[in-house]
Parts: sequence; C-alpha cells; structure tokens
Amino acid sequence: MTTSPSITSPDRRRSGLVGLLPWLFAAGVVGYAMVVGGYAATVVSFALIYAVFVTGLNLFMGFAAQVSFGQNAFAAIGGYLSAVLTASHGWPPLPAMLLGIAAAVLVAAIVGFPTLRLKGHYLAMGTLAIGLITYEITVEWQSVTQGYMGISGIPPFGIGPYEVTSDRGQLILLSLVVAACAFAAARIRRSRFGRALSAVAGSEEAATALGIEVARYKLLAFLLSAGFAALAGSLFVHVVGFVSPEVFGLHMVIVTFTMLYVGGIGTVAGPLVGALIVSLLPETFRAFKDYQDLAYGAVLIVLLIYAPRGLASLFSPRGRS
Amino acid sequence: MSLAAAATPRAGTAPPILTATALSARYGHIHALHGVDLRIGEGELVAVLGPNGAGKSTLLRAIMGLSANGGEVRFRGEALPRNDAVAVAARGIVLVPEGRGLFAPMSVSDNLELGAYRLRDKAEFARRRERVLTLFPRLKERLGQAAGSMSGGEQQMLALGRALMAGPKLLLLDEPSLGLAPRVTGEILETLGLLNREGLSIVLVEQKAPLALELANRVYLLSLGRIVAELDPDDITSHDDLAQHYFA
Repeated sequence: MTTSPSITSPDRRRSGLVGLLPWLFAAGVVGYAMVVGGYAATVVSFALIYAVFVTGLNLFMGFAAQVSFGQNAFAAIGGYLSAVLTASHGWPPLPAMLLGIAAAVLVAAIVGFPTLRLKGHYLAMGTLAIGLITYEITVEWQSVTQGYMGISGIPPFGIGPYEVTSDRGQLILLSLVVAACAFAAARIRRSRFGRALSAVAGSEEAATALGIEVARYKLLAFLLSAGFAALAGSLFVHVVGFVSPEVFGLHMVIVTFTMLYVGGIGTVAGPLVGALIVSLLPETFRAFKDYQDLAYGAVLIVLLIYAPRGLASLFSPRGRS
Repeated sequence: MSLAAAATPRAGTAPPILTATALSARYGHIHALHGVDLRIGEGELVAVLGPNGAGKSTLLRAIMGLSANGGEVRFRGEALPRNDAVAVAARGIVLVPEGRGLFAPMSVSDNLELGAYRLRDKAEFARRRERVLTLFPRLKERLGQAAGSMSGGEQQMLALGRALMAGPKLLLLDEPSLGLAPRVTGEILETLGLLNREGLSIVLVEQKAPLALELANRVYLLSLGRIVAELDPDDITSHDDLAQHYFA
C-alpha cells in the first residue's frame, strides 16, 4: 500500500481556480499558435494530436496503473486504415477514421485478452512486442502500406464538401477533439467505471476481494486507450497528408511516455499539458543549436525532480484534476 | 490428533454458514495449507490462531479463492467456485486482507463507496453508509481525507467499514490488530463483538491470542498449514495451555 501525503484541500473554490491553470496555459498556447500561424501552428497541431493519444494512454496507465509500450500499434492501425481507405480507395475521411478506430479496438480486444494476464514488467514487454510487430507489418506489407515509401496524397479531414485545409482550421478542429477527449476522461474518472479503475490501480487483490471484476476493467481501459490511439493516428495522417512506418515507431512510444510523465500521469489535464510542453521545449531551445538536446534533457530532468507527479499535479489536490 | 479429538467443544449447535473440506493452498511449489477441514456456524465468531507462517492468511485467501487452492468450500450448503474471488465476494463473503488493502490515495468516502461497488440500490447504499459512519464516527470527520493519510487505527476502521459496505454475510478478518495501539485494538474488537451479537458470522485470524479468545465462540489452532486443535476459548486459561497445543 502506498501512502499519500497530501490531503484534500478544504478550500474548494481556491483549488478550483488553481485547477484551471493548466487549461488556461493550453488555451494560451493554442491561441498564440492561432494568431502566429505557420510553423508554430504546425508544432501545436502535432502537440494536440499527441494529446489525444496520451489522454488514451493515461486511461490505461494513469487511471488503471497498467503499463503499455505498444499503444503506437493502435495509432498505426487507425492511421494506416485512414490512409489506405482515403488515398487508395477514395473513401471520405470520417468513415475511414471510424473504421480505423473500430479495427484498432477489435485488435486490442484480441491481443489484450491474453496479454493483460501479464503484470508489471511482463505486461510492458508483451505490449512492446505488439508495437514492434505492427511496425514490421507496416514496413513489410508493401502492397498495402508501400513500406518505407509511405502513403502520400491523403486528403485533409472534412465532412462532405467542407474540408479543413488551413492551419487555423486544423487547430480549431484539433482543439475541439482534444477538449472532447479531456471531457470524456474527466467524466470517466468520476464514473463508476473510473472508480473501479482507481481500485484496480490501488490494489488488484483488494479490488477483487470487493467483487470488482479486475480483468474486465483492465481490458475495457485497454480498449478505450486503443480507441484514443487510433483516433490520434487517423488525425495525424489527415493533418499531414502522409504516413510512413516511422511515424508510429518506437520514437512515438518514448515521446508519449515523456509527455505523460511530464504532464502528470493520472490527472485529466496532464496529457494535454505534457504534450504541449514536450512538443514546444525543443523549439524553445533552437537557439542553443548543438546543445539543444542537452538543454531539453536537462529541463526534463529538472521538471521530474521538482514535479515528480507531473506539472498538472501541482495544480490539484491529491494529484488529481 | 488425539488431543484435537479430546478438545472438541460445543461446535455444531448452529447450522454451518461455511464448511471447508480438505482445503489446500500453495504458492508456486510451496504448499502453505494441507487439507484443512473447517466449519463456521451461522452467527458464530471463530478465531483462527497460530504463529507466524502457520498459514492463517493463506487460509482466508484460499476461502476467498484468491490463491491457488484445492479442496471444497461450501457456503450455506452451496459449493463455492474456486479461484474466482469475484464470485465468492458476490455471495457475501468479504475479506479484510492483511495490511487492510485500502486505496491509499483515494478519499475515505471513495473507499467506502468502492466497498459497495456491486450494490446498485441507492437507498440501501445510503442506509449502509449511515450505519458505518454511526459505528465509526471518526470516519465521518474524515470523509474527504485520503485514506493513506490517516492513523493505523482509523485505517483499520475504514477497512472494516468498507467491508461492511459490501453487506457481508460472512466477514473474514486478517489480523485487524496488527500494528495498532492496544486501546485502538480494543475499540475495534468491541465493534466486532457488537456486529457478531447482531448476527454477523466472523472468522478472525489473529496472532495475539488473548484478544481473540475474549471474543471468540470457538478457536482453531493452525500450525504449519494444518489445524492442530479445535478449542473452546473458556478451556484455555493460560498462555502455556495454548503453547502446549502448538507443540503437541
């Protein structure tokens, strides 16, 4: 059993206002990108897509305290299905995206059922394998994925005659999606399902002894997480117009883990804050030239020393928001 | 063996709520429980005593179906599924595990709520919650506080309160006195006695014999994974008495 040092703040109004800070920060960054446009808009767009992915990752890793190094597989499934169906088969983006999400959730159910019997490091290794296998498939299945060449000419997102092509339009669309995802995460956290996940996170055995179906809830969290990942994957290919295996490779695993921990694992605002910070930091240090990575790494270390439970946890009682 | 037979007390007056036959359990290749036969009467408070490593916790875990086990457990005459703790909990058997198993970062209120996770009836939920907070007024003062930030005694009260939220028919308690001050332990045991007098069947695993002997209707002695004696607490007058049974 872990002990939590902090206590619920009795001053709810104050903590409520402080809890808004991460959201105001995010709104400020998106607003800035909206005004400046160009490169800033592109960087923030990618950050928002990552935020969708990390919000899903957080459901599984933060709320249910499980580990998965393989969620990139579901982003790849969502992204590639969207790409292939729209670019090669002329589907409109929305049904392609929905099918991509459905396929990712189905695959998650098939692989999750046996994999989730593993715990801790073994679960980490098992899920890592899922990501690696998917990566190999995207490389080798050339007739569909075109291997390392990737698929280009993917249409931008749109419904019917309305296409979102401008930087600002994409930013608005992505902001809405991220807001919806964060809202969903907040609702899940407060729901019966969310409380069950917290129980699973606290102690699987105690949860089981209380009659909570641990295996079922772990699988559900995994499926939801895969759905968010597929949504992010699909958004990515429609925003960029191109997809290759590297997009959903190991790099994505590392970056999204960093985002989750820097932002605040288990919080609602954390994934968004983490995605923005980790995406913007390297840009901030561009002036350092050769020392850019060094500065970036140093800041990450400092962040994790002074905010070990993530930035968002600084603004919320008991590390939740 | 002869000793156990000689010491058989007044068991058997109440119909059994739980019987275990040849219950065994193991961790990997290590057998922690060897063919235990056990009978808990309806409304009885039965203490299971034994030294460290006797298999007391394992016995409770095996009844719950939490550890790999063999043998048969019947609850009110019906065979319980093995290795499916959720199904066992659904029948109304609730375990307060060793170390309490609280959800430390969650509030007292959330912990209580999770105890009644399977309950969908809001009125019944409110009734049980009120009851728990009446039994343990100190929890009422700390509803919004993180469970892990409370004192050991308060945590044990919460663990017990959370178990009561599940509406147990049989309560399994694993060393509720562990790490607690004597006065707090007394308070908790008093509450157990009260619950038992109201008709709740309880299995109490303890290392501290005197505490358990005061409350129990019947006592099993467990040693090295076997039940070595079944006793009437009134027959045990001294510590030496008890020690004799262990080494018999």
